[in-house]
Amino acid sequence: MRAINMKPNFGWHVVLACLPFIALAAAYAISSDARLTANPNDKLLPALGTIVEALRLHAIVPDARTGIYLLWSDTAASLFRLLSALAISAAIALVFGIVTGLLPLARSTLGPFISVASMVPPLALLPILFIVMGLGEASKITLIVVGTTLKLIRDLAQRVEEIPREQLIKAQTLGASTWQIALRVVTPQTLPRLLDALRLEIGPAWLFLIAAEAIAADSGLGYRIFLVRRYLSMDVIIPYVLWITLLAFLMDYALRLIQRKAFPWFAGARSA
Amino acid sequence: MTAITFDKVWKEYGDHVVLERINLDIAPRSFVALVGPSGCGKTTFLRMLLGEETATRGQILVDGVPLKAEPDSDRGVVFQRYSVFPHLTVLQNVMIGREFEKSALLGKLFGAQRRTAIEEASKLLYEVGLAGHETKYPASLSGGMQQRLALAQALNRRPKILLLDEPFGALDPGIRADIHVLIRRIWNQNNLTVVMVTHDLSEAFRLGTRVIAFERPRNRPEELERYGATLGGDLPVPPVMPKTQAGPQPGATITQDFEVWPRKIAADLNGASAAPDAPPDLSLPKDSEKALH
Repeated sequence: MRAINMKPNFGWHVVLACLPFIALAAAYAISSDARLTANPNDKLLPALGTIVEALRLHAIVPDARTGIYLLWSDTAASLFRLLSALAISAAIALVFGIVTGLLPLARSTLGPFISVASMVPPLALLPILFIVMGLGEASKITLIVVGTTLKLIRDLAQRVEEIPREQLIKAQTLGASTWQIALRVVTPQTLPRLLDALRLEIGPAWLFLIAAEAIAADSGLGYRIFLVRRYLSMDVIIPYVLWITLLAFLMDYALRLIQRKAFPWFAGARSA
Repeated sequence: MTAITFDKVWKEYGDHVVLERINLDIAPRSFVALVGPSGCGKTTFLRMLLGEETATRGQILVDGVPLKAEPDSDRGVVFQRYSVFPHLTVLQNVMIGREFEKSALLGKLFGAQRRTAIEEASKLLYEVGLAGHETKYPASLSGGMQQRLALAQALNRRPKILLLDEPFGALDPGIRADIHVLIRRIWNQNNLTVVMVTHDLSEAFRLGTRVIAFERPRNRPEELERYGATLGGDLPVPPVMPKTQAGPQPGATITQDFEVWPRKIAADLNGASAAPDAPPDLSLPKDSEKALH
């Protein structure tokens, strides 16, 4: 049988999907064991027990000095920054994406500007943001907003332009004004596409968040891993990285779920 | 009653002449079918009538008044595809015309107005044979049903002119025949002037009161750019009243069952060899099937 025709059934699908994860875990366990046998004080690849103990100290034992649970306070701080930034980005992008995608006059005015501005490397702006807005939450949130909004706008404007011309003509023959078309024809069809675009921006958003926290912060997941890096605390860094990965994955999954539940027409319309 | 006049209309894109000196009077209540080879400008003609394109020279008059330069609710339209809104249910797709009309700010109706709009829309859906499908999304409708929906949606604003851009081109022949009956009935019952672009000549003659052919009289490659299409033929067809009235469509059932190769089946049952004029046996012999594995 040809390879392109060999399809796994559900059971095999699950087994095959787990393979890379198991392989990575096994490779880590073997290397860690080898290094610790050679040198019991090795810090680079801590044993599972060491990681669990570090995780326990951060997640379920309050910090000796401040009395807070570090993992959870870091998570709350990071998620607050990340989610509020993404919400702001999404709102700005929805408005500007629809306006530039739908109105030729706005497209002429803003299109070239957005194309140029989206090429500015956001991290290069970080010093400016720190100088102008200080080291508090505002500059971190702004960095994520700057880093994601322009790409979201460009993406959404393109999705709006992809709405078949026939639909816009049809709406006009039904007597719709520009405002009514934007409100009842374009916005509802753009929202599920905004969720798609947001899913793609989750990765960059985390990147900007961790970069900002690494440079100047007093809490947050990125702050913590860069803090403990000074002590080579791989037993803290590894679970933190896994936790960040899990959070990003869950956000992606939640957006997909929202898209499916809130826009039941979208899957059918996309495949049509 | 809506008469349409094309007064020496030209359409050019830069140097490229698409339509050349179109003079045409369309009588009120006509059903005009536009035919012609692809690329001859019949869709451009329809787009000008729609207000999506403007004439380079000449003017288009509707009841003596120059046509508005953008689409409006006087002119309904059904395209071959993408005519309905994928994010709205069947009922919402029809209602939205009324909502645009009555609610400038929100484009949405509430309370008694909403109930009236739902009633109207349901009645239209019943007329086009879509009763019972109100809560479905267009993606789950067949091609023929989507076009019926597009018709109901266009009719909800009671346009004076209905423009059809190859509306039935993508449909199966049987479904097309059904929808022909429907469009005929709609044209009969409403005060409508219909202009339809089609590439199907028999459809043009079956439905139209008048068939207009577009052609490019000068067709040499070097002439193609500089000379556009003109009206080649103009064939009035006496109006034909429909014989049947299409009611709402009941659910599907097997009404007819043709046996296409009855002789072969009979021969196989008897264990005899196939009759000489039976179609060739297309199934593989047993051992060749094995050889394939």
